[in-house]
Amino acid sequence: MNDKIYRVILFIAALIVPTVCGGVIYALVTDAYDAFEYFGFFKFLTSSEWSYTEGAEQYGALPFITGTLMTTLLALVFCIPFSLPVALFVGEYFKGTKIAAVLSTVTDLLAGIPSIIYGLWGFYTLRPIIMALDISEQGSGILTASLVLAIMIIPYAASLSAEFIKMVPNDLKEGAYSLGATRAEVIRKVVFPVAGSGIFSSYVLAIGRALGETMTVTMLIGNTNNIPDSITSTGNSMASIIANQFGEADGLRLSSLIAIGLILFLITAAINMVGKIMIKRARIS
Amino acid sequence: MTTFKIKNRLAKDKLMLWSVCVLAAFTAVPLLAILGEVLLRGYDQLSWSFFTEPTPTAYKAMKAIEAGEPIPGGIANGIIGTMIMLGMAVIVAVPVGILCGAFLAENSKNRFAQVVSYLTDLLQGTPSVIIGIITYIWIVVPMKGYSAIAGSVALCIMMLPLIIRSTEETLKILPASLKEAGLALGGNKARVMLKVQLPAAFGGIFTGVLLAISRVIGETAPLMFTALGCSLIRFSIDKPISAVPLLIWEFFNDPNLQELIWGASLFLLLFVLTLNLLSKYLAKKWNQ
Repeated sequence: MNDKIYRVILFIAALIVPTVCGGVIYALVTDAYDAFEYFGFFKFLTSSEWSYTEGAEQYGALPFITGTLMTTLLALVFCIPFSLPVALFVGEYFKGTKIAAVLSTVTDLLAGIPSIIYGLWGFYTLRPIIMALDISEQGSGILTASLVLAIMIIPYAASLSAEFIKMVPNDLKEGAYSLGATRAEVIRKVVFPVAGSGIFSSYVLAIGRALGETMTVTMLIGNTNNIPDSITSTGNSMASIIANQFGEADGLRLSSLIAIGLILFLITAAINMVGKIMIKRARIS
Repeated sequence: MTTFKIKNRLAKDKLMLWSVCVLAAFTAVPLLAILGEVLLRGYDQLSWSFFTEPTPTAYKAMKAIEAGEPIPGGIANGIIGTMIMLGMAVIVAVPVGILCGAFLAENSKNRFAQVVSYLTDLLQGTPSVIIGIITYIWIVVPMKGYSAIAGSVALCIMMLPLIIRSTEETLKILPASLKEAGLALGGNKARVMLKVQLPAAFGGIFTGVLLAISRVIGETAPLMFTALGCSLIRFSIDKPISAVPLLIWEFFNDPNLQELIWGASLFLLLFVLTLNLLSKYLAKKWNQ
């Protein structure tokens, strides 16, 4: 095989990725077009109606966009108090030790658990606890979904932040120690400022994960098509409305669901791109 | 005054250490809780027939519950469906992914390669439910029906970026002298890639493939719109087929079959976690 054929084969293989991505965008846009044309793009984004009575169909994405944003942000809030300590434990306090390796194995395994099993656990274990604590009557809702979502994104946020914490140069830390700083002060005044942008970007990528999480949210969010008015009420996320209704939908409803899929795709793509660019910058500096 | 200040700072330092340890240790709780629950509720369902018989109909299950007997049947249809779809996805995704990863590793400064690299990230970050929609539009609609082919295409698209990335990264960290030595011996680039670089990178690529399999084997959402599910044991690839995660979803929604949830979950969980640990172990072993 000469070099030319080899290059052509590699090039063709590499063409598959742009082809698939182009196909994804093309298929989503053409199939979502009906819904956007019928309701108008901005009307679709801002309408909170979702009713499929024949003749008076009315679809809008606002409840699901709100549901997705609420679960994601809440999951982020719940995730930080655990993922940041894990990152410090693995990347600073016990860097390179056996116990740190054990902890990172634990988080790796957490990342490996299929989302449907997280959903089952949330439904059969966490939901009864929430009901028993009288936080909400039916147990499922935004809060329950985001609690489990938070556990699911801990591994992603923690392992990436730990990487950046590990990269903080030793001489900077030693400089602070020689001035008499305690370890807590070194972390606050040296490690966080130096690794800060990297840690921040790892949370951006964790958000990207949480946005599209489907099965867990579908099983726990309660599946009602309204704008959630508090964190304990039920709702639907963009991914969960698709999972719930895609199989039985046709015509305008199918097109509306695909339109929601397109919006979700664009939001996740934007968040992931921002995260990746920030990580690249954090690695260089 | 100063001693008080110092004591205060030392106390803060200690408090920080302890809270980090306690909060970090706390992340093991959900893992143990999930493992424990699935193990305790699922272990007594695992039996020979659980792996060899297909799912019972809701009616049969209801009869068995009324009679106070254990639900007959198992998840054989799901296991076979998962294996068929995964097998087809692996056959396509592994060679294409390796070639594409090799392209990225060889042309890292090329403009086109940078675009491909960015799009690989885009694909990897795409929510699985959207991969499901896409495969529905691409395969299910033109073929006028749900099928194992559609399911395997969805799994394949999800595996590709993972394999591309692990191939690219493993090839990039190989010492440049390895490739140069091969070229100096008179091998052309293709030969050096096939006979020197890829064998040297085998460990990294293999663990990458294992991880990719463990990632997609538990995926439910993309299969719901593509493979659909089926309660028979089936080997044809142009008809709807079941998969283990699809069965769990089915059991979850059917009150009569709820008892079967935990056996199926235990099987899936053990499979995924073993693959995970195995790939981690192999990566460590081959890196030494």
